Amino acid sequence: MNDHQKQFETVIGLEVHVQLDTQTKIFCGCPNVFGKAPNTQTCPVCLGLPGTLPVLNQQVLLHAIKIGLALNCNINTFIKFDRKNYYYPDLPKGYQISQFDYPIAQNGHLDIPIKGEEVKRIRINRAHIEEDAGKLIHDDAGNCSLVDYNRTGTPLIEIVTEADLRSPQEAYDYLQLLKLTLKYLYVSDCDMEKGSLRCDANISIREKGETQLGTKTELKNLNSFKAVKAGLEFESERQKQVVLAGNRVIQETRLWDENKGITFAMRSKEGSHDYRYFPEPDLVPFTVEEKTIQEIKEAMPELPSEKQKRLISQYQISKYDANILIQDKDIALFFEQCAELCPHTKKICNWLNGQLLQELNTRKNTFRDIDLKPQALTDIILNTENGIISNLAAKDIFKLILDTPQSVAALIEKKGLAQVSDDAELTKLADEIIEQNTKAANEFQQGKQNALGFLIGQAMRKTQGKANPKLIGDIIKRRLIDAQ
Amino acid sequence: MKLNQRTAHELRDLIKSNETSVDKIYAAVRTQIDKSEKEVNAFVRLQEHNLQDLKPKQDLAFPIPIAIKDNICIKENETTCASKILAGFKPPYNATVIDKLLDSGAVFIGNANMDEFAFGSSTETSFFGPTKNPWDLKCVPGGSSGGSTAAVAADEAIWAIGSDPGGSIRQPASLCGVVGLKPTYGRVSRYGLIAFASSLDQIGPITKDVTDSALLLNILAGHDPKDSTSADCRSINLLNTRNQRSKRSSQNQEIPDYTQSLIEDVKGLTIGIPKEYFVEGMDPEVKDAVMASVAILKDQGACFKEISLPHTEYAVATYYIIATAEASSNLARFDGVAFGLRERPSQIRKNTLVDMYEETRDKGFGMEAKRRIMLGTYSLSSGYYDAYYLKGLKVRSLIKQDFDTAFEELDAIITPTSPTTAFKIGERANDPLSMYLSDIYTISANLSGIPAISIPCGFSKKGLPIGLQIMANAFNEEMLLRIAYSYEQATEWHKKRVNL
Amino acid sequence: MISTEEVKNIASLSRIHLKDAEAGILSQDLEKILDYINKLEQLELSGIDPTTHVLPLKNVFRKDAVIPSLKQEQALSFSIEQKDGAFKVPKIIE
Repeated sequence: MNDHQKQFETVIGLEVHVQLDTQTKIFCGCPNVFGKAPNTQTCPVCLGLPGTLPVLNQQVLLHAIKIGLALNCNINTFIKFDRKNYYYPDLPKGYQISQFDYPIAQNGHLDIPIKGEEVKRIRINRAHIEEDAGKLIHDDAGNCSLVDYNRTGTPLIEIVTEADLRSPQEAYDYLQLLKLTLKYLYVSDCDMEKGSLRCDANISIREKGETQLGTKTELKNLNSFKAVKAGLEFESERQKQVVLAGNRVIQETRLWDENKGITFAMRSKEGSHDYRYFPEPDLVPFTVEEKTIQEIKEAMPELPSEKQKRLISQYQISKYDANILIQDKDIALFFEQCAELCPHTKKICNWLNGQLLQELNTRKNTFRDIDLKPQALTDIILNTENGIISNLAAKDIFKLILDTPQSVAALIEKKGLAQVSDDAELTKLADEIIEQNTKAANEFQQGKQNALGFLIGQAMRKTQGKANPKLIGDIIKRRLIDAQ
Repeated sequence: MKLNQRTAHELRDLIKSNETSVDKIYAAVRTQIDKSEKEVNAFVRLQEHNLQDLKPKQDLAFPIPIAIKDNICIKENETTCASKILAGFKPPYNATVIDKLLDSGAVFIGNANMDEFAFGSSTETSFFGPTKNPWDLKCVPGGSSGGSTAAVAADEAIWAIGSDPGGSIRQPASLCGVVGLKPTYGRVSRYGLIAFASSLDQIGPITKDVTDSALLLNILAGHDPKDSTSADCRSINLLNTRNQRSKRSSQNQEIPDYTQSLIEDVKGLTIGIPKEYFVEGMDPEVKDAVMASVAILKDQGACFKEISLPHTEYAVATYYIIATAEASSNLARFDGVAFGLRERPSQIRKNTLVDMYEETRDKGFGMEAKRRIMLGTYSLSSGYYDAYYLKGLKVRSLIKQDFDTAFEELDAIITPTSPTTAFKIGERANDPLSMYLSDIYTISANLSGIPAISIPCGFSKKGLPIGLQIMANAFNEEMLLRIAYSYEQATEWHKKRVNL
Repeated sequence: MISTEEVKNIASLSRIHLKDAEAGILSQDLEKILDYINKLEQLELSGIDPTTHVLPLKNVFRKDAVIPSLKQEQALSFSIEQKDGAFKVPKIIE
């Protein structure tokens, strides 16, 4: 077969590190906060000073169980911690406390949406608890590197998929759903920019139909969702070119260069890794009672895919709309509050998924930052539906309400935004418009339907948008036909 | 008798009756140090105190001069594990036992010398030079807590604390003629003890008699929320409930008052003598002294029986797998990044970072430390884990099982502490294996987690001390103290003092 | 059984620079010690569980409550080199 006819398949597995949202670090009482001055959130324990010992933060285990359950994993009832030994300046003890053979959760899955009604099951191999390392800052001018240990000991959960992802897009979709799921659990803010969600990828290619895995490369420095997709796309293509050129893919760690849009092999090869895992003697084992698992299960919030299904059936909205709504748990809740007050669920979706997201985007706000009452939005919708205000006016009112929360009715009154729907008044207006635009009026009478739109536009302009566009259109039409 | 030759309980009584004062005791200890420390080298550094600092301690429970092994962190005081790699390191925190000692009024005399990172049985591997045995300055004091035991034997401290991962309190106590107790694993907090082997290390008292041992253990013992492996004994499941004998009178208390065990009564106790401990390599003088001690306890009413601890001969091998594996990881933090020593080669060899690590650790660690780090790294490394480390953990189970079975019908086990009396400085320095075998009798207690004490039980013809080891079931330090105290009442060994 | 080359590999894994003479001594020492340790091979260990902790302790936690951290100058007080509030190390190339 000609090389160029070869069909390749990309095989991807993701390792995602998620920082857990707790008050304190995993093994000491230092605050678990981001963005403080270097080395101000440390203590002898997280600095790894000789003689210090770790004690597990109970909240970390509870969060981890919650995550494991949300990812449909088996929760191991016996867990322990192990030391992963390696040298790096951001790792003050010379080992990372992690979990090797008894992780908290194993054998789960996440179903990601693909085209139509279908989902694809991505198997989760395991999720384990570990501690984060510090941060290295490369000071090129000073020809040195600087270590900030604030991040050291931040609780992490590492979620490892099977090599089930078959394209960069699937990897992207998986990550999005994973992030959403974790946000629903309130266990992490999953902000890739802040590093609270980090993703490494194992990627290989193989000819379609081949069952053996190809040689993989490990991709790092994927610092945004966009970078994950772009980096994987580049790497997949690069590997194809390597194979097509008759060469072999080398197993190595490669870094994504966001600016250049390429991946490159890491320079500092540390030789073959031998992490010499062994049971952490400074921590005792842990058992998870069935009762604890049940309690957490019962307190588990509705997860995104469940919510999506329910919204569709309960409110008769489209899958598309429901999918946008669930992207923000707070907006989805707001939708349901609005739907209590107003039957126009499609209209509510349109407002939330259109105008609201646009406004949040321009204001660089999250839904939590603004003060929007369900009643305000449903008042706007009902006033529009009843023809009291025009769509244009409705949009103005919406913006004003986001600026300053206030009564919709009062605002319509104050700004005089109510539409003119009075028949006599509109008839008078129609006659004025026809008289002032005889050319267009004639054209309509000669069968040019477009001319009516022009006349309506003129009426709207004259009344500064207050004329009810449907009514004025009807009246102009009637007057012109009557006049013939 | 000079003040510094007295025990802590005697001094406490003298202070209470206004016959002496904290500053007089301190002065007596300092006078002794001025006189003998140059030869003994028990301390790597001394702490100076002035009268104003000492006065307020007068009313506290034990304002007694104490030597602290150089691997126990004292806030803002240089703590180095007798290693070059920690030169200048001043921890910003106190070990839990240091806080407890300060609360009791302790006067810290100085950091006691030790084998580097507790790697040794002779205190010869210290970066600060060897400590000498006060009974014969040509001999080693034992180790690794040899500085602590020599300081007490030389009356340069009234009492001391050491750490015991494999015999490091008991063996030097035996060689220096003092009392050394290794508590049950988990009885004393390890927080602030610079770890050698995390699953084996315990801090314990080194004293001139059994009463002081009980008193100092009272200060040190107790659950510490900062140490996950420290036992909260109110949870009864920790005790081997199968074994009625190990039930303590004070079962429901977190920490018993150990002085309650200082009773002269061994009647009806059953004590085992393991046949595996009396084999070739044992100095006949040691054997004679131990058997004479057994006779004394028999006279006092104890019953003895020969027992078997069948896996004894595997203890040293097991220990050197587990202890070095843990050490290789525990010592990874000494890398020249944040604290301690940093060295860099004059020319780039690999890259700046790896060069810094390798040079720092080459220059900072002594030969024995390197040997043990490498042995531990080897037994954990890919391909060898199952053959060494995992195997070690399994044999550890067998050794522990030996003791569990034995204590089903015993109150205690008696053995020699060390197969020989103090050996000459340099005699075993170049033969690591023969050095490792110095701990042949002490290591099993660490592998099993049980408490053990070494008390003076005689002297060799050359005038070197011999030690008797008593082991009891987990959390039954009371049994050790009771037997040791009874024996001590019938003997005078603990009253002998060196004159230096 | 354990070659100088193997000793050098272990040293590299342990981040210890070994001079050739030391590597020779250590390979002899380790050989002797491992030879001694190999007596464990005499034991039948199938079905024996490993002991990693001698006490039957489990589930030791702390509450998720903040304990004040060290101040920056305290954290850096024992540093070898510092710059801009951070621990300074030789330049690292990734």
